[in-house]
Formats: sequence, structure tokens, C-alpha cells
Amino acid sequence: MTTVEIPLTTRKDWSSDQEVKWCPGCGDYSILAAVQMLMPDLGVRREKTVFVSGIGCAARFPYYMSTYGLHSIHGRAPAIATGLATSRPDLDVWVVSGDGDSLSIGGNHLIHALRRNVNLNILMFNNQIYGLTKGQYSPTSEEGKITKSTPFGSLDHPFNPISVAIGAEATFVARTHDMDRAHMQEMFRRAHEHKGAAFVEVYQNCNVFNDGAFEGITGKDNRAEMLINLRHGEPILFGSDFDKGVTRRANGELAVVPVAEVGLDNIIVHDVHREDPALAFALSRLSTGPTMPTPIGVFRDVQRAEYGEMLNAQVEDTKAKRGDGDLHALLRSNSFWTVD
Amino acid sequence: MTTRQTEQLDRVVIRFAGDSGDGMQLTGDRFTASSATLGNDLATFPDFPAEIRAPAGTLAGVSAFQVAISDHDISTPGDAPTVLVAMNPAGLKANMGVMERGTTLIINADAFDERSITKAGYASNPLTDGSLNQYTVYEVPMTSITQEAGKEAGVKPRDAERSKNFFALGLVSWLYTRPTDATLEWIHAKFGGKPQVEDANTRAFRAGYDFGETAELFDARYEVRPSVFAPGDYVNVSGNTALSWGLIAAAKMADLPMFLGSYPITPASDILHELSKRKEFGIRTFQAEDEIAGIGSALGAAYGGSLGVTTTSGPGLALKGETLGLAVSLELPLVVVNIQRGGPSTGLPTKTEQSDLLQAMYGRHGEAPLPIVAAKSPSDCFEAAIEACRIAVKYRTPVILLSDGYLGNGTEPWKLPDTSTLGTIEANFATKPNHVKEDGSEVFWPYLRNEETLARPWAPPGVAGLEHRIGGLEKADGTGNVSYDNVNHEKMVHLRQAKVDGIANDIADLEVDDADGDARLLVIGWGSTWGSIAAGVQRTRAKGGKVAQAHLRHLNPFPKNLGEVLSKYDRVLVPEMNLGQLSRMLRAEFLVDAQSLSKMQGSPFRAAEIEAAIAEQLGAL
Repeated sequence: MTTVEIPLTTRKDWSSDQEVKWCPGCGDYSILAAVQMLMPDLGVRREKTVFVSGIGCAARFPYYMSTYGLHSIHGRAPAIATGLATSRPDLDVWVVSGDGDSLSIGGNHLIHALRRNVNLNILMFNNQIYGLTKGQYSPTSEEGKITKSTPFGSLDHPFNPISVAIGAEATFVARTHDMDRAHMQEMFRRAHEHKGAAFVEVYQNCNVFNDGAFEGITGKDNRAEMLINLRHGEPILFGSDFDKGVTRRANGELAVVPVAEVGLDNIIVHDVHREDPALAFALSRLSTGPTMPTPIGVFRDVQRAEYGEMLNAQVEDTKAKRGDGDLHALLRSNSFWTVD
Repeated sequence: MTTRQTEQLDRVVIRFAGDSGDGMQLTGDRFTASSATLGNDLATFPDFPAEIRAPAGTLAGVSAFQVAISDHDISTPGDAPTVLVAMNPAGLKANMGVMERGTTLIINADAFDERSITKAGYASNPLTDGSLNQYTVYEVPMTSITQEAGKEAGVKPRDAERSKNFFALGLVSWLYTRPTDATLEWIHAKFGGKPQVEDANTRAFRAGYDFGETAELFDARYEVRPSVFAPGDYVNVSGNTALSWGLIAAAKMADLPMFLGSYPITPASDILHELSKRKEFGIRTFQAEDEIAGIGSALGAAYGGSLGVTTTSGPGLALKGETLGLAVSLELPLVVVNIQRGGPSTGLPTKTEQSDLLQAMYGRHGEAPLPIVAAKSPSDCFEAAIEACRIAVKYRTPVILLSDGYLGNGTEPWKLPDTSTLGTIEANFATKPNHVKEDGSEVFWPYLRNEETLARPWAPPGVAGLEHRIGGLEKADGTGNVSYDNVNHEKMVHLRQAKVDGIANDIADLEVDDADGDARLLVIGWGSTWGSIAAGVQRTRAKGGKVAQAHLRHLNPFPKNLGEVLSKYDRVLVPEMNLGQLSRMLRAEFLVDAQSLSKMQGSPFRAAEIEAAIAEQLGAL
């Protein structure tokens, strides 16, 4: 086996020369910084890295990376990235998307990329609003939300993106937020290391159209009491003194309880590798919005055959069995006759 | 045994018709195969409903297969059948409209019970009410003889009945002196795994053949001598198969892996099926979640350096429109195959039409020109596919390849090309920076164009130093960076148009078949109407009429000499299976008074219809 030297790089090497054009104060800046600063540590090459996006504020992301990049059309990034990742297994393909792009216009492509387990790192910036079209409600907006298109309040029941991903048979599902660079980088790194489709929801503040949507849980002073940090192999505890935890009730449902009430032995130990997605799904349902204690971290990380690998194996196996395709023989593969 | 004379025919057109479940497509296909190996020229026209099994015995459920076999070169499956094989009353009723007086009807008499007769919409039994007096009718108890034959194979009558199409095939094979070996071998290969079914089908086929021999029903047998073919290897090929093989050939010529992203749709799915089987050619086939993902994945693969292909029919092309616009903007090679069918909306899924020309031409937002290539016959789909791929790769552009249900499912003998002389298609991936900045540093500009073709570099990820970002936002000429500059936008609109227009310098001039050189009427068409037009032109000439014929392979851009060709004729007739889409384009482009001949009945033009329209035009001169 040959070892390939990966040149040492810095954030600057991963930043393009294009001026970043998000609104000042947008949460996207901190996500971009987290990614640009993480890339040198991932042991990957710029020329083998591709960022693919759809439409929306988040979708401008590829322009700011000095990798290969493709800014496509609304909702279709997972489909386009599927063609790229399966035909070029040597590439590290990232999809950057928003809640409207991924869960509204592109919902179909997202769920199918997840169930197929295509080797993609899908980052979904969730700001619970349509930013680029200037402030309509999104499929993750809370019920009753007053926006430009819902002056009397939104009637839509929102998606829970983590539930959607787990329901779509995703093999890696995580959540992080734009106020914690170290946590974002850990989630992105693990998504990158995961073989198959990795889905990371990033709570992201839109300071123009939905400012402070996550402040109640991601604000520095609120995190301890409001973020439930999921760690593999550890009891699910949170609170300033880790005095609260997640337990399973007699009826099978999960609940947030004071540890003292049930005892540490009755607090669930988080296991990201459980094949059965039921518990991960239940964890995703603990919170119905950023107003109550909300789990972040990796919900699920299981192994399943990666789609591109299987597709390419079929091609290679067939070549091995039949030999390389012979056009002359192909044209004669149905009954033919010869005229002398 | 009676000895009968064998009469020579130069051409016969047979139509097999029955219920969707009666196996008519298979029967027609096998009759075609044995005629092909006999050396006849032939053309086929499968004609079936969209429903897999419409209610048995109804007109809606009638499935038909028409084949013309000939001892000379033919270009259509025939205007009107000379023989109709009707398996039931509905099959008879649905097809009597195309049967001319004096033609032959071979009828499964067992199927004409009162209930079936009523179900087909007959007020009285056509076999006894005299309505078929002007036809040569052969009433054959196909079902009961087949059941008898099945009994010997130990098959229950109800199951045995299902072999009656093989009885019909045997009978018609006898009548037209077709060899039986190939069919028997085929039955063995197909049903060998189920010995009882093989036995029942073989016995039914033999029973049909023997029935012709012994029943003394038929006065004569017929023979259609082999046609004169140039030396070479031949196959009887459908358009969808030839098109699939053309794509494979093009990928080989370009030395590119093919990626097919496709969503099943009638009548295009057979291309997905065929390519899925051919993984030894390095083809990745991907059945996407929808039409949009079909083209999206193909475009993503094209970005990665594959020959990206997506296949569809009209409704699917509509869904692909936005991604096509992106492909125009990204300037990446992509081949979009549209096997057209009757529209709008779900329309006539299994019936043919040419009504997507303007959708192919204009069905995107913004000024989004792209090249359009059309195939003219089933075997021509091979060359057309190669041409579409050649243009796509050379000019870094999406190309729409138009075929239709008639070409896709229809078959004809095809002299196989010499695969060693197909030539190459140069992908010419970018390998190094292409621009030196003022400070002397070398950079890669993804939109720095080839001066001759105006094509931009194709730079799949993986090459250090060529990292670049592209997208659907307008790009600055050269650098490819996002640009909202108004003057730059207009320049880019013109550049994209000029690139497509310039392909006219790289395609063959339009050839005109003007036998005497002094015709005043030109008949011009595109796509699958070629065979019918050629036959109509021949008929006209046989009667002394002067008419020229031309057929367009390229619909966008048009061949350079098209304007000059059109200007030479006093009248121009454009037969199309739409309401005049090409004639509209010709009028707009060349200010020529192109007359449209329109037909939208889900079936090809008949030669007689073309001949009549030509006569009308000649009369007006």
C-alpha cells in the first residue's frame, strides 16, 4: 500500500477569492468558517473535494470554498450530487442546503439520497425561514408564524428534520448549531468519516428575517439547560449540574426528568450504533422546537452498504465476468443473419 | 394431402389483432423474426393500448402488431393490411376500418360467442350477418384446436387456450411459407424452463401449421422472396435498441464512462432496460426517484466527466426543463433522449406523435438554445444517438435527441456497421491552467472559450490547480465568476446562441432527393415520417409526378444550406404528426410559405395520405 502525502494546508487555502455576500451577522459566516478551518484537518485534497448546492442563502456556500463547486437549482442538489458521487467514488462530495431547499422543493431528492445511502455529506442549514426570497415561512417554521406570506399566522405543521432523516432510512443523522464552532466541526468531521449518506442539521440564525429563533436554546447562557448533548456510550444528561436526563417511561415513551427522580441507572445510555432506529427517532421527538430542551449531537451512525460502491461493484463484477464490452459482439447479441 | 400451388407475392402486410393478453406482440415479433432470417425486407408497427390488461374482449383492450414483408426495399409497415388475423370480435371490429375490400381475414371463430360479439359492440354476428361478404374470410376454430393440442401435453383446457397465439403463428407461417425451425428453437429457449408450457406452445404452433396443410381451407400458399440486400450482417432492430447501442458506441468512441439517469416512462423505458443489461461497457444506470433526478444525476455525472444521458418521453421532458436550463448555463455535455408520444399531459402513452419539437426548441425559461437531433427510422436511431453525443461532447452542451413511439417500438432490418470505422469523439478534458494573470500567475478560467467552437473547457474535479465554481447564476465571460453585470449578461446570451448556431458549420448539408432535378414541389420532414414520405414520393413518381424530398437530421441548428434549398422550390410541403411545428419554424426562419400536412391519430402517415397531399400541391402549381 502506498501512502499519499496530503499537503499541509490552512484555512486560507480552502477559501476562494470571492467576496462573501451574506448579510452581516448571518449565521452562515460561522458555519463557513467552521468548514474552512476544518478542511485542513480532514486529510483530503482540495481538487478531490466538491461542494454542491441548490438555491437559497446557504446554497451560495460553494462559491466561497476554493474547491470544485456546483451551485445548481432549487432542491436538486442531492440528485445532482448522487450522479457525481456514484460516478466519481474518488471524490469527497458535500451538499450544502437550507430548510426550504431540502425539505420543501427538494424533499423528494433528500429522502431518496438518504435511503439509498449515497456517499454524501449533507449539511442542512435550518433557519426556519425563507431568507433569499425575503421572509416567507418555511417547512420548519413553527405553527402560527407571522410572515409576509402568512400575515394571519402559518397553518402548516412543521417538519422535524431529524425525524425526517431517520424516517428516510438515513445511516448518519446529527444536529449542531452555528454558535458552537467546536461542536459543528465535530459533527462535520464525523459526517465526513461516515461512509454513506450523512445528514447534519445546523441550527442557523437568520438575523434579518428570523432573528433569535434559536437564541433560547443556543445562547451561551441557555445552552446548559436547553441543549441535550448526545454522546455515544454516555447517559443522556444535561443541565448545569447534569441533574436532568432522558429516561424511558413504562409506556415506552421518552421523557426528560430530574435524575434524582429516577436514578442514574434509569437514564438512557446513548448508542449511536443501534440498528433499530426507534430510539434515535424517539430522541428526535423529545423537542418539537427550539423552545424546550433539545438534543444535539449524533443521533444515529450505523453502517449499511454505500450506494455508489454497490453500483460500481456491479459494473466491475460484470466486466470481470463478461470481459470488457465488445461493440461488434453487442450488435450481434440478438439473432442476426449474414448476406453473402 | 392436397398439393397446392405456391403463389409469388412481392409484398404482404399482415396485422395480428387480439386481446392485450393474447400475446399478439409476441406473435408478430416471431413472424417478423422468421421473415427476417428468410431475407425479406420488412417494417413493423406494434400498436397496443396503455393498459397492461384492459377488460378482456373490449375494443379498448385490443393489441395489434402490423408487419410488412417484401422482396424489395420498403420504408413503411404498409398503409393497409392485406391480411388481418383476428383472435376475437374486438380485434376484428377495431381493425376493420383499415381493411380494404377483397383483403383476407383469418378469424378465430371460437371467440365469436354471443357475449364476446356484444362486448365488442357488434349488434349481430359479423361472421353470419353478411357484413364480411366482400372479404376473403377464413374461419378457423383456433381456441378449440389449441385446447385439443394442449390436452396431449397434459395441460388443462383453460391453460392450453393461452397457446392459441402460437396456433395463429403456425397457421400464418404455413400460409406464407415461413421456416419453422427458428420459431421452434425460440419456443425452446424461451419456455425450456417450463417443459409443459414449451410442449403446449410447440404443439399449438405445429397444430396451426398442420391445419393450414390439411384443412383444405386455403387455395394456395404464398411466398415472398428474399429482398436483395448488400452483403453484410443484419439484425432486425427496434429504434429503442438501436438508440441504446448508439449511445454505447458513442461512449466507446469518446472513451467516456456512460451514466444513465432515468425514470421509467412509456415508450422510453426499453432504453433503460437495454442499457441496464450492458454493464460490461462500464455503464452506470440509475433509476432515479423522478424525472428531475434522472436528468439531475446525469448532469452531476457529466460534471464529473461521464457521458451523461437521460431518457424520457414528452411529460418527462417537461419536468426536465429547469435542469436543461441549468445544463445550458453550465455548458456541460448531456444527452436527453425524448421518445415522443401523444400529448398533452398523459395523452396517448403508447401512441406515436411528433409534438415535442417546439418543446425541445423552446421549452426552457430564458434564452436557452440547445442542439436538436432527430432519428428518421428504427435503425437510424443508432447514428442519430452517436451524432447527439458527438455534438454534446464537442460543444459542451445539452442535446435533445428526438425519436418517437413508432420508431422506438417499430423494427426493420439493419445492416450492421463496421464498428472499427466509427471514429472517435474527443472529450479533451482540461488538464492545466489556461490563463495568465497580470501578476504572471497561471489560473484556470472555466468560461474561456475555444475560438472555433466557442465551447468552454470541460474540467471534471480531480485536477489540482483547476478548482473552480460554476452554477446557474449568470457568469462573467471568461472567469466564470458570478456576474450581475447587465452588458456581460447580454454578451453571454449571444455567446451561448452563437455557439449553438455555429454547429451548423459542423454538420452535413441537407441532401435533396430530386430524381429529375426539375421538381417544383419539395416535401420536407423530420423524424419518423421519413418512411411514409419516401413511400408517398415513390408512388407519385411512379405515376409520373415530379416531387423532391428532403429530411432533416438536425432541427437546431438547421443545416447551412436549408434556406437555399427551400428557395429553389415553388411549393414546400411539411408532413408532421403535430399541428405544424416544423413548418412554423421554417416559416419563421426563412419566410417561406411552407404548407403543413398534419396528422395526429397516434399512428404514422400512410403513404397514400402523403401521395394525396403531394397530388393536391402539384395540382395547385
